[in-house]
Amino acid sequence: MYESMIELLIKGTIETILMTFVSGFLGFALGLPAGVFLFITRKGQIKENRILNNLLSILINIFRAIPFIILIVWMIPFTRLIVGTSIGVSAALVPLSIGAAPFIARMVENSLLEIPYGLIEASLEMGATPFQIVRKVLLPEALPSLVNSITITLITLVGYSTMGGAVGAGGLGQIGYQYGYVGYDLVVMNIVLVLLVALVFIIQFTGDFVSKKVDHR
Amino acid sequence: MIELKHITKIFQEEGRATTALSDVSLKVSEGKIVGVIGESGAGKSTLIRCVNLLECPTSGEVYVDGDNLMLLSSSELTKARRNIGMIFQHFNLLASRTVSENIAFPLELDKTPKTNIKARVEELLKLVGLENKANEYPSNLSGGQKQRVAIARALARNPKVLLCDEATSALDPATTHSILALLKDINKQMSITILLITHEMEVVKSICDEVAVLNNGELIEQGTISAIFSHPKSELTQQLIASSIRMQIPLDYVERLSPQPGPGKNLLITLEISGQSMANAALSEVARLFQTNSNIVCAQIDYIGGVKFGIMLIELIGEVDKELQAVAFFKDKNIKVEVLGYV
Repeated sequence: MYESMIELLIKGTIETILMTFVSGFLGFALGLPAGVFLFITRKGQIKENRILNNLLSILINIFRAIPFIILIVWMIPFTRLIVGTSIGVSAALVPLSIGAAPFIARMVENSLLEIPYGLIEASLEMGATPFQIVRKVLLPEALPSLVNSITITLITLVGYSTMGGAVGAGGLGQIGYQYGYVGYDLVVMNIVLVLLVALVFIIQFTGDFVSKKVDHR
Repeated sequence: MIELKHITKIFQEEGRATTALSDVSLKVSEGKIVGVIGESGAGKSTLIRCVNLLECPTSGEVYVDGDNLMLLSSSELTKARRNIGMIFQHFNLLASRTVSENIAFPLELDKTPKTNIKARVEELLKLVGLENKANEYPSNLSGGQKQRVAIARALARNPKVLLCDEATSALDPATTHSILALLKDINKQMSITILLITHEMEVVKSICDEVAVLNNGELIEQGTISAIFSHPKSELTQQLIASSIRMQIPLDYVERLSPQPGPGKNLLITLEISGQSMANAALSEVARLFQTNSNIVCAQIDYIGGVKFGIMLIELIGEVDKELQAVAFFKDKNIKVEVLGYV
């Protein structure tokens, strides 16, 4: 029984890591452009556009207001359409990515707001195009702060993925729920918790390390 | 090289209109260094940003190197801006790039080939004297070094015009001096036209050929340095000139100062030398007419554009009433005199 339990925990850990990082990546693929767009369409910015800014902002607020556990259920039809199923790791990736993206967009926007306007002004003066400003000024200058955003997002996603586990997404969440909450197996529950804590610590430590490395401010 | 014609800039903010510039016309001839001086809030920053249309004037015309910038399309404007370099009070260097990468930035924007960039960056590093800092990040540099990097970056594309927005205001006096010397050098060597704005007459005095005084969005005076310094018309200009010539009364004199005359005490006065006044001749006349000798305690005198300016702290040594007659005599001669007391 213990051998199979260990196997189960290893599988669960791998699934959790997979869900966290893949949905983190997909979330950034959506959230980073959205965050940049939010920033450059702000008042007084290089591509000021109040209407588009407001529209995107409202959309983001709506998605951020939906509790994640409800978002999973609410998105089931959409998830089925994309991955063909509503249970398992690949099904969990859809709501995880969609749930993380608006959160990431706001964090990216905030990171970009930290950049002194003088840098953008100087780039405009040197004849930089908006695209060049985004690629050569905004993103590199905000990199340390963006790395911190990635860290925070990944840790949030560890939590989200375990929540997904409760409704059949797999991973440590599901093990913790089934054996811990339902079966009340204290040993398994505590092992799951220790593994989750370790995962969060590793992500935070790595994130801090990378952020420091790229910070020249 | 630069010509601003009847520039007016009005900012609309939440229904309120603020006039930052009203009907400002300014001409900067090729190869000259022109300074615009004014107090904070006078519209200097707006004015210099109108030259490269970082701020678009509400009305008026902006000519740089013959082109009317207001008529250019945005891509033509981007091209025209390449002829205009700019440096800023807070340097505006990219923290994520090294010194060389910062200098290479404008060249990268133009998609200059890598090998050309490398050669040009090396040239520029040499020009501003930072060869040994090529791979440092800006956060490891002093203010003066950062401004040197900014200057190198502004010069990377061989602009014809350099705009300096309070370029030395964040620097200490010694560093200010070296940056100004560098600007003067660049102006001479490459015959780059420089327009600078500042609130310090010191800056204008040390490198400008011409000066314009900006007050509340209006140009109240402009001309060559010697003309403005010898015949300042407005009160503001006079104040600005006076503020550039500062003198501190030595502490032991301050301690001994009393409002009453007494045995062995002499009258302490300051005399202002401005433009035409003949303070030197007056001092010898005072000695002759009132048997009063003048002991110059300290003085700060400058010679700008053929005229002397300054202030002298003088101890008048003579009889009490003669000393006062001497003061009256100075006033008579239109020399600004201030009686401080007896020491």
